[in-house]
Amino acid sequence: MGKVIFQFEDDISTDIIYPGRFMATVLPTETPQFAFADNKDLNKMLVNKEFSENDIIIAGKNFGCGSSREQAVSTIKGHGVTIIARNFARIFIQNSVNLGLNTITAPDYQAELGDEIEVLADKVINKTSGKEYAVIPHSAARQQIIDAGGLIAYTRKILIDKNK
Amino acid sequence: MKQTIVQKILAKACDKDFVAVGDVVEPRVSLAMSHENAALVINQFLEIYKETNLEPKVWDPSRIAIIFDHRVPAESSKTATNQKKTRGFVAQQGITKFHDIRGDEMGICHQILPENGYVRPGFVVCGTDSHTTSHGALGAFAFGIGATEMASAWTLGTALNVQVPPTIKVIVNGEFSDNVLPKDLILYLIGKLSAEGANFKVIEFHGEAIRKMSTSGRLTICNMSVEAGATSGIVVPDEETINYLRNTAGVTDEIELVVPDEGAEYDQIVEINASELVPQIACPHTVDNVKPIDQVVGTRVEQIVIGSCTNGRLDDLQIAADILRGKKVSHSTRMLVFPASGRIYQQAIENGIISDLMKAGAVVVNPGCGPCLGIHQGALGDGETALSTTNRNFKGRMGNPVSNVYLCSPAVAAASALTGVITDPRKGVN
Ligand code: SF4
Repeated sequence: MGKVIFQFEDDISTDIIYPGRFMATVLPTETPQFAFADNKDLNKMLVNKEFSENDIIIAGKNFGCGSSREQAVSTIKGHGVTIIARNFARIFIQNSVNLGLNTITAPDYQAELGDEIEVLADKVINKTSGKEYAVIPHSAARQQIIDAGGLIAYTRKILIDKNK
Repeated sequence: MKQTIVQKILAKACDKDFVAVGDVVEPRVSLAMSHENAALVINQFLEIYKETNLEPKVWDPSRIAIIFDHRVPAESSKTATNQKKTRGFVAQQGITKFHDIRGDEMGICHQILPENGYVRPGFVVCGTDSHTTSHGALGAFAFGIGATEMASAWTLGTALNVQVPPTIKVIVNGEFSDNVLPKDLILYLIGKLSAEGANFKVIEFHGEAIRKMSTSGRLTICNMSVEAGATSGIVVPDEETINYLRNTAGVTDEIELVVPDEGAEYDQIVEINASELVPQIACPHTVDNVKPIDQVVGTRVEQIVIGSCTNGRLDDLQIAADILRGKKVSHSTRMLVFPASGRIYQQAIENGIISDLMKAGAVVVNPGCGPCLGIHQGALGDGETALSTTNRNFKGRMGNPVSNVYLCSPAVAAASALTGVITDPRKGVN
């Protein structure tokens, strides 16, 4: 169970999630400090840990559109929050699967700031309003990567098998 | 079964005769491209090899391209150190398609690949850059991926878990009016489809206006297909593709054209009449906020930018020079030009284009991504507005979250440079 700590509109681009001017910082562990850097309130809340584990950021359609920069995923992942959106841009969701950021696609969800939400495999339950919304699961191919613990582990296993 | 171009390319890259839309496949990668973010790819690549007791070795160094373009010459010691680390890796692994910071070889990755003949029709091209879609201009299936996925491709030589995408067929007939350009076509299409209208899909371009379009124009439309969310844009390769590869890219070996089957199934068909198009402007802060120019004419702009992987090629600079020759950039604005590659820069010097632009008052910077992504050139002041031939106008894209970016063709940019306000290039400008 988590609380909605921030609400975004549609088309949140990777320039908002991780502005290009920080792209010289590449190591995944160094990126979290710059999450949503130009959104001072949200950045401060994340960096100062003014939220609980499992808390949630909600967004509209096409979250993560724009650049393929993987920092946009590692920067959020470093804070352990979950993103619920109506849908995600292709490269962003692929990067999320590869790095293990929890992204939930719930096209019809309704929620507001402060709502308590439970995320299950096939649905999200808004405990505050008492309503449930369907979740579109990851494709089987993506789920395999998630189950392996991310793309590094997944590729490593194929590499080892090939060299046996 | 009939197939789209991308189905055929993917089938071939998996040694199959047929793949269906929705199938998950692992195609062999023909070319794997990175830029400065190779530094992150290297990090992830070495992670994969950790504790395997295997020596880290890329699958095929001749199929990896690394182009420094995003921040050249380096804007910070951090970037310079990343570039240094990448040079070391390139040397150690024997990667040959490497373009360092040199006047004779440098340029934006999406220009370097085509002009050096690194991309061919039928190729599977992946790149750690969302505008990798550009290379569909040469009939390749080209798509952007993240750094970890690239590390995986460097290791295995395949792209994992590629879901065969459905295709939107866009048919463009009719003739473009004067000073209406391929950029106007793609902006119009993005406005029509919306920023997510082609998410997870491919846009396949057809029609007489596309057949008559130069490879430069095709690069522009495929480049920006990703702004409608597309996995890739692709043009049916033809005589023009062969001419470009032979005459500009210097390719001498055999070129095989992969074309879609007659009767292939499309997810959606969009028809556009080029003769009805007018100059288009993408307004702040989303690329699909597209308006015909008359709705924004007169908007004051403090910075004009011509360049990028979208519109920094020789014909783009030529169009601007033709409008600016013998005239002056308004003192109420400033104009920056960044050619897409060293080769283009040289040609523009030899043709007198650079001289025309500079005499008019433009600042010509070195080839690279320059102001496009707001890192180290051409930042905007608080509250300022830019009019740019680049491809993104997201909040903060040009380095300042309290500024505005409008996107347009090189003709609109040049005409507006003369006045300092958004100006229709079809009407004579003094
Ligand atoms: S010019 Fe801009 S859009 Fe093109 S590759 Fe460079 S940063 Fe990306």
